[in-house]
Amino acid sequence: MLAYILKRLAALVPILIGLTIIVFLMLALIPGGTAVAILGPLASPENIAKVNKELGLDQPLIDQYLTWMGNLLHGDMGRSYSLKRPVIDEVFERFSATLILAGTSLVLCSFFGLLAGIVSAVRQFGWTDRIVTFFVLIGISTPSFWLGLLLIMLFAVDLRWLPASGMYEVYGGGGLGDLLRHLILPSITLAVVATGVIARLTRAAMLEVLRQDYIRTARAKGLTERRVIYRHAFKAALVTVIPLIGVQTGLVLGGAVYIETVFQWPGIGRMLVDAISTRDILLVQGGVLVLAVSYVLFNLLADIIQTVLDPRLKS
Amino acid sequence: MSPLFRNTLAGMAFAALATGAVSAPALAQTPPNVLIVGQIAEPKSLDPSVDTAVNDFRILMNMYDGLVRYKDGTLEPEPALAKSWDISDDGLTYTFHLRDGVKFHDGTPFNADAVKFTFDRMLDKDNPYYDTGPFPLAFFFSAIDSVTAVDDSTVTFKLKEPYAPFLSNLAYPTGLIVSPAAVKQYGKDFGRHPSGTGPFKFEEWDSNTKVVVSRNDDYWDGAPPLDAVVFRPITDANTRVAEMLSGGIDLMVEVPPDNLKQFQDDPNFKVYEQAGPHVWFLILNAKEGPFADKRVRQAVNYAIDKKSLVDNVLQGTAEVAAGPTPPAFAWAYDNKLQPYPYDPEKARQLLKEAGAEGAELTFYVTEGGSGMLDPVAMATAIQADLAKVGLKVNIKTFEWNTFLGEVNPGLAGKADMAEMAWMTNDPDTLPYLALRTGAFPDKGGFNSGYYSNPKVDALLEKARTSTDQAERAKLYKQMQEIVHDDAPWAFIANWKQNAVSTAAVKDFSLQPSFFLILRDVSKG
Repeated sequence: MLAYILKRLAALVPILIGLTIIVFLMLALIPGGTAVAILGPLASPENIAKVNKELGLDQPLIDQYLTWMGNLLHGDMGRSYSLKRPVIDEVFERFSATLILAGTSLVLCSFFGLLAGIVSAVRQFGWTDRIVTFFVLIGISTPSFWLGLLLIMLFAVDLRWLPASGMYEVYGGGGLGDLLRHLILPSITLAVVATGVIARLTRAAMLEVLRQDYIRTARAKGLTERRVIYRHAFKAALVTVIPLIGVQTGLVLGGAVYIETVFQWPGIGRMLVDAISTRDILLVQGGVLVLAVSYVLFNLLADIIQTVLDPRLKS
Repeated sequence: MSPLFRNTLAGMAFAALATGAVSAPALAQTPPNVLIVGQIAEPKSLDPSVDTAVNDFRILMNMYDGLVRYKDGTLEPEPALAKSWDISDDGLTYTFHLRDGVKFHDGTPFNADAVKFTFDRMLDKDNPYYDTGPFPLAFFFSAIDSVTAVDDSTVTFKLKEPYAPFLSNLAYPTGLIVSPAAVKQYGKDFGRHPSGTGPFKFEEWDSNTKVVVSRNDDYWDGAPPLDAVVFRPITDANTRVAEMLSGGIDLMVEVPPDNLKQFQDDPNFKVYEQAGPHVWFLILNAKEGPFADKRVRQAVNYAIDKKSLVDNVLQGTAEVAAGPTPPAFAWAYDNKLQPYPYDPEKARQLLKEAGAEGAELTFYVTEGGSGMLDPVAMATAIQADLAKVGLKVNIKTFEWNTFLGEVNPGLAGKADMAEMAWMTNDPDTLPYLALRTGAFPDKGGFNSGYYSNPKVDALLEKARTSTDQAERAKLYKQMQEIVHDDAPWAFIANWKQNAVSTAAVKDFSLQPSFFLILRDVSKG
């Protein structure tokens, strides 16, 4: 097991190097520049040249990349031009906010997705199945930011039950209760699409498993239906579904950008959008790096869980 | 019912209850005597010498003071940190007599040395703190030759040549006085640890969440009524409106035109409107292509239905512009000037005379940008209007940063027309930087359409160096008439800035400068 994990972690390195090179090139090749972003529309060519020199942007690309890589290996992600603070501070602050949001969403979409999928499969073609499928399909088809705005209108503006945006109350806020109240709408909005996807996949996986001979055997042996479903069928179906949940992480992390914009959640998705429009290369690199590492690690975790559930996969 | 179904139902009910238990029955309103302001974007820096965006100015003007400030409701300078001043007859020496007993928020005294430090830092390449920049708007003070601290309460500015906008520029955020001690302590990080003399002092800055400032009890002009102000960046306009409606913020600026009516009809809210020194126009390539002919430029001004644009696309949040100078500069504005009327027939006639019927035009459009209003919608409407007179317009859209990179170096060889908008504080700035022959892009200016009229150049130079306001006004009015006729631009709109507050907010008014002045505001 340990060797397996180490092998997978080792594979991370070339992925990350390749990723950072691609990001670097893309940002360098798109038109527009950091200097104009920092200096504003009244930037004079003289000031632009000065800023470029100061930030080392007039160096050849390969030198800029190697400098960045060298600093990174010393744990220095550089200093954001647009924000004038260390990249590492900004990235980890924003990333922890996204982690809270995306983490909660993933828990929600996994729990409800799996539950809905099981119920759907067990009551296949029955009324429950039809109702669940209906809601699932609506969930998958709804644009998340639109749903977010609708929820804000209903729960914040009309009913005044929940706050419209933000992570905490801005004056005198803080604490777990405050955070949870602010977390409800954005995490539900973010979870909706993934819940639908997981529900459909679970339903399909469950149906597949329920047809198996050993399920019939278990029933014949006299096990309660509940035991059959949860102890045997579900566990087997989970093996198929877990890696798909891992993939959904990517979609959830990506979809977080829209939710972060609509709910003014100070997350890393939003940070990246702003960093790209100001061409803040160091901030973009830092953000992409952290996101990529977490995505890969999460998928690794999913694979490990899968291997634990089904030892046959270890080979 | 089956155990499975029952358990599923129970699970869902529990989740619903948990949600209910966590949320309070009705959301608390904003805290008493703390003003929560909804901003359109996250601030870039809280160092006034460094910032260029109105969004940042809105916070800065409440934390810092300048030697002078704009009189309430006007763009005319009045005393602030300077009690009075003398101007030499030749217009080259300004002596300011400073207020006594004023302190920066960090406790250090405000004096002539602080003033000298503020300007030397921006203007002197050899100043040890010059690298805490860059200072993009330092050119507003390029006329300064030297700053001398005569004694603690007296500071003298010597100019290289007479420069009429000098006092007005001193009231602009770039001229706000910073605490030398704080700059020396924080260096490049000063922008995140600001210290000024203003009515509110800095408390904290939570990235992308809030900037909190609290009352300065020792403020020289009297402590402000509010305990604190929280500036919340809420980038999505719909969310900003939702926060306003749900009581999450007390004040917001730049209300989306589509939501204005909703607030106007609701007695729980107050709507504010104010003309601003803003111009939205199309730069026309006067160097090459169809627009090199004045008649074609005028034709476009006749062909665009500006009233419809302003009433329908912008929902009445702007007025039609007559010329290059916005009416907000009341003393310099030519009242006799009329906007080009909507006259497609006249446009066709002019195009025929110029032999430019059916011309194909490349139109650079941006997706966003400060003061650009609704750039894509407006561009589409303009395209349609021009099609009605037989002109075929090809739109190329760019993201704002890219757009500036395309337009500012000049339109030659690239486009026939491009959208642009400016917000300034003096009638000199925009024409000087964008309409002079000496302001072509290759000379560092913003005359991307290469308009050139020596008469206009002469008028602008004279107006800039004259110290008599009445004379300046005459010169600017003459300039406006010539430029109106030459039509280097399609003059489209002057934005009416707006804001919404809850009914509890008192003594707030919008300023023609677009700054958010909160020192007199109270709540409840």
